[in-house]
Amino acid sequence: MNVIETHGLTKRYHGAWALQDCTLAVRAGYLAALVGANGAGKTTLLNTLAGLITPTDGTATVLGDQPPGSPAALDGIAFVAQDAPVYKNLSVADMLHLTRNLNRSFDLRQARARLADLGIPLKKKAGQLSGGQQSQLALTLALARRPRLLILDEPLAGLDPLARRDFLATVLTAMADDGLSVLLSSHSLPELDRVADYLIVLSRGQLRVAGELDDLLARHRVLTGPAAEADSRARQWHVVQDQRAGAQAHLLVEISGPEDPVPPGWESHPVSSEELMLAYLRAPGSAAPLQPIELTEAAR
Amino acid sequence: MTVLTMPAQSGASGPRGPVPWRRMAWVTWRQHRAALVGAVGLYAVLAAVMLIAGLKIHRDYASLLACHPLTSSACRALSNSLGSGDWHMGNAVNIILQLAPMLIGAFAGVPVLARELETGTFRYAWTQGMGRDRWTIAKLTALAVVFALGAGALSQLNHWFYQPFAQQQGMTQFSAAVFDSQGIALAAWTLAGFTFGAFFGMLIRRVVPAMVATIVAYAGLDLVVWQYLRPHYPVGGFWPAQCIEAGWLLILSVLLGAATVWLARHRTG
Repeated sequence: MNVIETHGLTKRYHGAWALQDCTLAVRAGYLAALVGANGAGKTTLLNTLAGLITPTDGTATVLGDQPPGSPAALDGIAFVAQDAPVYKNLSVADMLHLTRNLNRSFDLRQARARLADLGIPLKKKAGQLSGGQQSQLALTLALARRPRLLILDEPLAGLDPLARRDFLATVLTAMADDGLSVLLSSHSLPELDRVADYLIVLSRGQLRVAGELDDLLARHRVLTGPAAEADSRARQWHVVQDQRAGAQAHLLVEISGPEDPVPPGWESHPVSSEELMLAYLRAPGSAAPLQPIELTEAAR
Repeated sequence: MTVLTMPAQSGASGPRGPVPWRRMAWVTWRQHRAALVGAVGLYAVLAAVMLIAGLKIHRDYASLLACHPLTSSACRALSNSLGSGDWHMGNAVNIILQLAPMLIGAFAGVPVLARELETGTFRYAWTQGMGRDRWTIAKLTALAVVFALGAGALSQLNHWFYQPFAQQQGMTQFSAAVFDSQGIALAAWTLAGFTFGAFFGMLIRRVVPAMVATIVAYAGLDLVVWQYLRPHYPVGGFWPAQCIEAGWLLILSVLLGAATVWLARHRTG
C-alpha cells in the first residue's frame, strides 16, 4: 500500500508556482525524507497531504486511497506543522486532554510516560517550554494518537544536535513498534542520511528526484577523469552534476546499470547520500528522468 | 533501517465511527474559558446592579406616584431624585446592555478563529480527527447559544428594571432604549454580534483588524435598522415586531455562520 501518492500535484499562489506537477508514491513502513531549500515547496506539499491546502491541479491520496482532509485521512494521519504549534496559554496536561478529546483514540498513558521521560512537567504552560520541548510535546501528542502516517514539517529545525538525535530516536522507535510510516521535511541533510528509506528532493516547486535511497545510491556514481574528455562523455551519460577542478572533471552521473563500463582513464566511485542530495538540490536545470514507481507492488 | 520497515497494520485502536460531538464541549470550555467567564461575569454584574438599583428605583417611583400634591416640594424632591441619580443608573445600564452584543462580537467572537489563524495553531486544530467543519460548527454554536441565552435572560430582567423610566418618560415600546434591550431583540442582536465577530475573524484572519471590522459593521447595521428598517415593520404590536427583528437577525446570523464555516473549509495556505 502507498501511504502517499500524488499525480501531477500543482499549487499556484497568485500566479506563482509553489508546487508544479509533482508525482510520487511512498510505500507504507517507510521513513521518507523530503529535502529542499527554503521556499522549495516542501511545506506546500506537506500541508496538501495533511488536508490543509487544496491543490490547484492534480490529485493526492493518502493511506491507500483516501483524499487528504477526509475523515479517514484525518483519523489516520498525525501532522506536526512547522514550529510545532501548541496553545501557549494551555498547560501540557491541557494539551493532552485537548488532543484526546479531538481524536477517536489517544494513548494517554503512553503520552504521560514519554513526557515524564523527557522531563516535561504536566503543569507547565506549553508556551513556557523551550523550543525543543515544544517540538517533543507536539511529537508526543502526534504519536499518542497512534497514527498510521506521521507527517513532520521541519521537525529538527529548532533543535540542538542532541535533541535532534532524541527526536529521531523517538520516531524510529514508534516506527518499529507500531509500523508507522513517516514523511518528514528538512533543509539539513546529515541527520537524515542514516535513517531515511526514501528520498524526495524538491527545488523551486519541482520534483528533482524521488526514490528509495538504496536504489538511488546504486544508480548513481561519481566518475572522475580528464576534463578534456568530459564534454563528449557528458553527452553519453546522464550527468546530474558536473564539477571541474583544473584538468580533472568530477561527474555525478546516473547510470543505466551496474555493468556500465568505465572508460579508460576514468575512475568510478560510489556516491554518498549527502552528495546525491546536494547534487540534485544544486542542479535545478537537470532533473533526472524519474524512474516509474511501482504503484501496485506490495509493501516490502 | 531495513529492520524497521516491516509495515504492521496497527491493531485499530479505539471505538469505530467519528469523534463524538460532545467532546467539543470540553474543548470549547477550555479554550474559551476566559471569554465565557468574562461574558457571564458581565451579565451577572449587570443583573446584580439591575436587581439592587431596580428595587430602589421602583421604591422611588412608587413613592412618587403616591405623592400628593405633585407640586409640593417633597414630591418635587422625589421627582428630582428619580430624574437624576436613578435616571443615570438606568441610562448606564441601558447603554451597557446595548453595547454588550458588540463587545461580545469583538472580544469573544473574533478570537475563535482569528487567533488560531494568527498564531498558526489552526494547523494543529484542523488536522485532528474531529475535522475542521465539526470543530468550527460546534464551537460557534455552543458559544453563540450561551451568549444569546444570557442576553435573553438579562433582557427579561430589564422589562421590570426599566419600566419606571419608560412610564415616566412616556416612552413607547418602540423607543430604541426599550425595543433594543427588551423582549427577544437583545438575544438576537447578541447572536448577530457574535457571528459578525466570528465571520470577520475568519475573513480577515487577524484579531485586531477583525475586531475593528466587527465594531464598524455592527454599529452600521444597528444604525441602519434603527433609522430605516424598524419604522417600516408592517405590524403594530411589540411582540410581533420583536419576532420580526429577531427573525431576520437569526437568519442573518445563520448565514454569517454558514459563510464562516464555508471560509474555514476552503481556507488554503
